[in-house]
Amino acid sequence: MKKKLLSLIMTGALVMAMTACGGSTGASGNSGSGATGNGELTGTLKLGVIGPLTGPAAIYGNAVANGAQIAVDEINALGTGFSIELNAQDDEHDAEKSVNAYHQLQDWGVQAIAGTVTTTPCIAVSAEANSDRVFMLTPSASATSVTDGKDNVFQLCFADPNQGSASAQYIADNNLATKVAVIYNNADAYSTGIYQTFKSKASELGLQIVSETTFTDDTTDFSVQVGDAQSNGAELVFLPIYYTPASLILQQASSAGYKPKFFGVDGMDGILTIEGFDTSLAEGVMLLTPFSADATDDLTANFVKAYNDKYGEVPSQFAADGYDCPYAIMAALKFYAGKNGGLDVTGMSAEKLCDILIKVFADPDFSVDGVTGLGMRWNSNGEVNKEPKAVVIQNGAYVGM
Amino acid sequence: MLAHLINGISLGSIYAIIALGYTMVYGIAKMLNFAHGDVIMVGGYVSFCSMMYLGLPAPVAILAAVFVCTVLGIVVERLAYKPLRAATSLAVLITAIGMSYFLQNAALLIWGANPKAFPNMFKNIEAIEFAGARVSPVAIVSIVANLIIMIALTLFTTRTKVGKAMRAVSEDKGAATLMGINVNFTISLTFAIGSGLAAIAGVLLCTAYPTLMPTTGSMPGIKAFTAAVFGGIGSIPGAMIGGILLGIIEILARAYISSELADAIVFGVLIVVLIFRPTGLLGKQVHEKV
Amino acid sequence: MKMIKNASTASKKAFINYGIVIVFFVVFQTLVSTGNITSALKGQLIPITCYMIMAISLNLVVGISGELSLGHAGFMSVGAFTAVIVSSLMDGASNPARLLVSIIVGAITAAIAGFLIGIPVLRLNGDYLAIVTLAFGEIIKNILNCLYVGIDDKGVHFAFNNPNALGMDPLGKVIINGPMGAVGISKIATFSGAVILLMVILIIIQNLVNSRTGRAIMAIRDNRIAAESMGLSPMKYKMLAFTVSASMAGAAGAVYALNYSTLVPKKFDFNTSILVLVFVVLGGIGNMTGSLIAAGVLVVLPELLRKFSDYRMLVYAIVLILVMLVTNNEKLKGKIDTFLKKFRMNISKGGRKK
Repeated sequence: MKKKLLSLIMTGALVMAMTACGGSTGASGNSGSGATGNGELTGTLKLGVIGPLTGPAAIYGNAVANGAQIAVDEINALGTGFSIELNAQDDEHDAEKSVNAYHQLQDWGVQAIAGTVTTTPCIAVSAEANSDRVFMLTPSASATSVTDGKDNVFQLCFADPNQGSASAQYIADNNLATKVAVIYNNADAYSTGIYQTFKSKASELGLQIVSETTFTDDTTDFSVQVGDAQSNGAELVFLPIYYTPASLILQQASSAGYKPKFFGVDGMDGILTIEGFDTSLAEGVMLLTPFSADATDDLTANFVKAYNDKYGEVPSQFAADGYDCPYAIMAALKFYAGKNGGLDVTGMSAEKLCDILIKVFADPDFSVDGVTGLGMRWNSNGEVNKEPKAVVIQNGAYVGM
Repeated sequence: MLAHLINGISLGSIYAIIALGYTMVYGIAKMLNFAHGDVIMVGGYVSFCSMMYLGLPAPVAILAAVFVCTVLGIVVERLAYKPLRAATSLAVLITAIGMSYFLQNAALLIWGANPKAFPNMFKNIEAIEFAGARVSPVAIVSIVANLIIMIALTLFTTRTKVGKAMRAVSEDKGAATLMGINVNFTISLTFAIGSGLAAIAGVLLCTAYPTLMPTTGSMPGIKAFTAAVFGGIGSIPGAMIGGILLGIIEILARAYISSELADAIVFGVLIVVLIFRPTGLLGKQVHEKV
Repeated sequence: MKMIKNASTASKKAFINYGIVIVFFVVFQTLVSTGNITSALKGQLIPITCYMIMAISLNLVVGISGELSLGHAGFMSVGAFTAVIVSSLMDGASNPARLLVSIIVGAITAAIAGFLIGIPVLRLNGDYLAIVTLAFGEIIKNILNCLYVGIDDKGVHFAFNNPNALGMDPLGKVIINGPMGAVGISKIATFSGAVILLMVILIIIQNLVNSRTGRAIMAIRDNRIAAESMGLSPMKYKMLAFTVSASMAGAAGAVYALNYSTLVPKKFDFNTSILVLVFVVLGGIGNMTGSLIAAGVLVVLPELLRKFSDYRMLVYAIVLILVMLVTNNEKLKGKIDTFLKKFRMNISKGGRKK
């Protein structure tokens, strides 16, 4: 084992020496800032992804894993001497399986983790990773309890509280409605978290919440929730939920003959990509999202094209988050390499890498441009700071508002 | 109130059609076919694919789903359950659970994890206003389909020779064999009918709640199984009554008590019924012989 | 005469099981302390032990008492969430003491739940009993989904179906948050603690089975009417087995809960009950050795199958079906036996040639 490690380090050193001679430049792909001077980033990073690849939440895990795979393929194709080896493990959206997956990755020699995708497993894994000192950048687990008290865990998505208050603010500022209904998933930390901040902000702004109904992960019948909103005369229904249940609510509201305004959050993104979904049902739905697959900037357009070519579908927000994770980690390593006269990550211990990455991510000068936001910065709590865009669905496509 | 009642009957009709499959298979093979719920899901996917990829009209898509599920039911029975005819019922139960895992994961590999939005099959049917409440097309079709299926099955089991053979097998396998009834054929036929019904239920379920995932069938499967027990497992009218009552209780509980506790209330009512009628509403009381 | 012989084989079997547990513990503990174990396996040691307890406790109901229970995970969750509350209340005490008290309180709460549920359940028979246990498992899950518990200076606060009704101090801590479950559990479970619990439970079960009470339970299983006419009360003995089994599941749940930093009620749904039932059936109904081994193998199997990546759970399902077919079909069994015989003969022939 020790011999192997030694030989790995030797190879790494050799590779570094060679690339240093080659003097590769223009490796700026997606990195926002950093990596100036002659400090090059080299070596191979073993990056693990943990998420539900099977089971009822498989859609989220697969999207993240696919998005991350595209980013890694692109990074490796740059030929800068830095590459990433990706290993995605299934956790079936279950804390126990997630910890198992994490240990499997450790046996593989993981150096940093882009994950986990869903909140409950993420809390379990981050506790393990915190004591083992393994860096985690979660693409989509947005609850505050994911990062609370764990310096090694950072979020690429918004923390829940921001979205709720931003939504209430937007609704009030634009006079969209005064009577509001909320339907949220109370089995989901993401949904409940947004609901709570939305509620307190709404009462502050004088919005009247006339109907609050809940559902859980297994729910497919929303007739009661929709009926409650309808009979209480809500003009706008706020849906801080993921797009699969949202599509059911839109359909069932339509068949009940109820046509309020619908307002969603980033989890709603992807509703137009559901195969077979009648997009006319989503006409006029508004949402706040950091990513929209219809954006025309080069970064997004390239990503959407690559994703579509490889997986035959339009990427959701989860895929975009997954895509940004490897780039953010690479950017952080480059940032460090630039300041410290180079960095070779091959065979570097996870602990050491964890310290480096924590330092960089918490650095106020470090920022990343990704498909889910330009100039993303993190605070030392691990929360990201980026601006959501408000979009409305018109003729089956997003239009900025 | 009336609107909730109609929603409940519509949901209950779908449960009833699924429960019929459970009840028939249980009556004949004395096994709990846990893979039944996943046959519903396969039915949903097959009709989805025939409509979206092959562009077939809705009635043809339903027939395709019924055909595929019927074949699937027979194949599953032949491969996994028939070799265990002599084994304990627990062994068969575990095999059925294995089959359920198999179907779910096969579906995941074939159709992927992304949910599909099931197209509205009954666009041409108008919603009806009934005493101020709106009855959606799916609800109409579900209720009508349930009635037709129920009547057809009752006629089939009481009037036709094959149907009578089925009842004979469920009464006493050994005696049925002695009477010259082909037991294996009868069991296969039961699986075929049950799975065909599951396909219809799958189409109705997916039209009413248009999201299709590999796990779509599991929860309705368990609910329908509960409905079958509720009405008295093995009894055809029992499955229908159980299904509809279950649907109504579920929707009313969700509307007037709590959406979190709706399932708990459904199961609670089941327990109360079984305490007073230990073999369900219409189940046969079996007297023990000493 | 026959009885003495039976007793001696029974105690022999019992000692084999103790041996298995001891070997299991010694081997893995040595591997862990010498660092020769993959972290994947190391991380699974405590859950494996918990599932072993679940399997033998369910076997007490399914195998010894002869009632099919499909809601065993419900009792596990009662124990688990009780343990979470107890261990947070004891914050500051030494970890082994917290673990011990959590297990005991978890087991007692689960036993109470088992007793209450047993009253209606045990009046039924066969598949009707099975569906009612399934129903209770789901009801427990639903109730826990609505349970909110918080701790502040004034003590423990409970609320049902309304998180705002907790009425806590702003400084208080919510420890169970409805369907989102418990977060920030201190991980105090240890492998040796879990194995000691397994050993204690194994001793209780084996002594129970080989006692007068155990024989009464089995007599009722084999022929209720005959046993009743001998003056045995079926309700009493069935209830005893059911409650004891529930309390053991609660104890297992307590250890399981304190091994992860988060826990949701959804974890203990119907699928977990079925998973444990699979251990029992594959290991052999009524066979404690089989339950132990089946639980160990089947918990590790999905992890070993990870190299099949996407096909992992499909392969697991196929393995499950094939094992059931091979072990339960007379024809296949016969074929395999003859094949094994031939195989052995070939080996012994080969051995002779050498």
